[in-house]
Amino acid sequence: MANGRDFTSNLGRIYGFYTGGFIGFVILLAILEQIGVPNNVIGYLFIFFTIAVYAGIGIMSRTMQVSEYYVAGRKVPAFYNGMATAADWMSAASFLAMAGGLYAQGYSYMAFVLGWTGGYVLVAVLIAPYLRKFGAYTVPDFLGSRYGGNVARFIGIIVLFCCSFTYIVAQVTGAGLVASRFLAIQFEIAVFVGLVGILVCSMLGGMRAVTWTQVAQYIVLIIAYLIPVIILSTQVTGIPLPQLMYGEVLQQIQELEATSPALEGARAFMQTPQTFTQGLNFFALIACLMIGTASLPHVLMRFFTTPSVREARKSVAWSLLFIFMLYFTAPAYASFAKLEVYSNVLGADLGSLEAVQGLPEWIFIYGPLELVRICGVFATDAQAVFDACTAAGITSLSHGQFAIASDTVVIATPEIAGLPYVIAGLVAAGGLAAALSTADGLLLAIANALSHDIYYRMIDPRASTRRRLMVARVLLILVALLAAVVASTRPGQILAMVAWAFSLAAAGLFPALVMGVWWKRTTKQGAIWGMISGFCVTLFYLIITRYFPETGVSYFLMSPFGEQITASGVGWFGVNNISAGLFGIPVAFIVTYLVSKGTPEPSAEMQAFIDELRLPSGKVMMEEKS
Amino acid sequence: MWTCLIIWFIFGFAIHLFVDALNEIVIIGFPLGWYVAAQGSLIVFVVLCFWFASRQNRIDEEFGMSGHEE
Repeated sequence: MANGRDFTSNLGRIYGFYTGGFIGFVILLAILEQIGVPNNVIGYLFIFFTIAVYAGIGIMSRTMQVSEYYVAGRKVPAFYNGMATAADWMSAASFLAMAGGLYAQGYSYMAFVLGWTGGYVLVAVLIAPYLRKFGAYTVPDFLGSRYGGNVARFIGIIVLFCCSFTYIVAQVTGAGLVASRFLAIQFEIAVFVGLVGILVCSMLGGMRAVTWTQVAQYIVLIIAYLIPVIILSTQVTGIPLPQLMYGEVLQQIQELEATSPALEGARAFMQTPQTFTQGLNFFALIACLMIGTASLPHVLMRFFTTPSVREARKSVAWSLLFIFMLYFTAPAYASFAKLEVYSNVLGADLGSLEAVQGLPEWIFIYGPLELVRICGVFATDAQAVFDACTAAGITSLSHGQFAIASDTVVIATPEIAGLPYVIAGLVAAGGLAAALSTADGLLLAIANALSHDIYYRMIDPRASTRRRLMVARVLLILVALLAAVVASTRPGQILAMVAWAFSLAAAGLFPALVMGVWWKRTTKQGAIWGMISGFCVTLFYLIITRYFPETGVSYFLMSPFGEQITASGVGWFGVNNISAGLFGIPVAFIVTYLVSKGTPEPSAEMQAFIDELRLPSGKVMMEEKS
Repeated sequence: MWTCLIIWFIFGFAIHLFVDALNEIVIIGFPLGWYVAAQGSLIVFVVLCFWFASRQNRIDEEFGMSGHEE
């Protein structure tokens, strides 16, 4: 790009205008709503306008240069890379599902908040600067060079593919959830609408386009996340600082839990782990999420785009700051939603049809989408709810009779709190931004690994630039289609799917990456067997506990958590399968260590290479002409 | 590096073992144990990352390793 320097020095102004423009757009829609434009039009405008902006950025950043396509020309400043990483990182799971999980499970889901931020300390200290110094295009590229040969590279690709694919399915599910609610179309079709949104951003411009759209998406998602809570906080406490003010809300929740008859026997919101098993699960999940963070290829890949090692380090810190903005708000979000439901829904009279009709309106908006249940049936309309409750002899709504799908809480909160529809539309746009930005990053990680590592490095090293980029784009579309097909079958809950991806990445890649940088003695065979064993143990635990719980109990010494054997309800030592990495990670480290000790040490050149890797200055070690 | 990892371990894991004891202390409505998990530890992580980056970059400069690459 001839005006590349201009572009970089004007970034502040460009994104300043953009942010102002977006806020103006929200205000415009708020005015439109006031003068009577129907809700569904506002929903459409939000979704199409934001996707059009991302597409515009994607098309403007199209490129035919290899280094631009794979690493955005390595000239993304630390601050903006931080923002892009934050968007890349915060997915539908962070945006939609985390506050929902906190809402439903309270303190025990704090493990997600802690794990997904603390992991960045590991990234900063142990991994990112060194991978940047090495100068690879992809994570398998590093494995291939450090452990000499295509075997390590290939296993790296398999791990990358499995974890990124699980993750991407969760994102497409999230995008579909938002689109189906706000475009009023079927979930299966909505998934493909989301897919188009993902493809327009990443197809033409690769990493470069994704970087600049992700910055734009971060701005949308953080505004969309903060505004509803700020309004809620002002409504409830009078001060627009939700993160500081929700202490009061916590007190009110505790009080209601103690006094309200509708909440008798409910699990306390701030219930901390009490038994050894609960504690073990809490800390195991934190560990798996942290280590997973430090090994997810689509995140590490972002640090390849900074201009230098110094910038890579700073960029990790900026990323964490931007992520922190959302994460320290999530528990506040959950608390406000909890208080609204506790004080306005529970305890409602169900004794007559009129009373049921008087329930808050949002219940019958989300009921037909099969997201709210009352007395055991989906709240499709007042009659159905009334019939079911009467049949069960229930006249007053207690906590056991009311259930809301936790993935929905964030989207529904503006409506639960009776805010204007424009806020709900804003949240939808934010959720979509979060899902799309992460899906883009993941898609690129998979397609790059396939095109760069498999096609270029292993199949045809003499392929022309043009051909390589062509292959990359075709693969991108194929992977995206496959993900949409899998997502349209609704394979699981967003948060659980994402947590699986973390365990897989943690066990499969972390030991090989960290030991590769920090222990010169790690040999090729050690790393290969470490990756295989860690990954297989984790995958085995996931599949057996999720799909074949009976087999697990009969043949593999697993025990059921409850009275009955259920899917995901069995395991070793009571460890949930979302923390499957707890078994895989140590296995991988031990195997890597033992096999390395038992094989001849790496060549002198390799050891010198690692020494140089740890020095921050000097040339990039694996530069390639483009 | 070890300092960083030790601080990380304390705020990532160790401190949350004492959540029930900390919850006895309530500051502006927040039980302290909850607060540490919801915000306190996160603030520590952010500060830790910035501190690590600047300290490491300063060490590089002192040893003449800060030359711009490429």
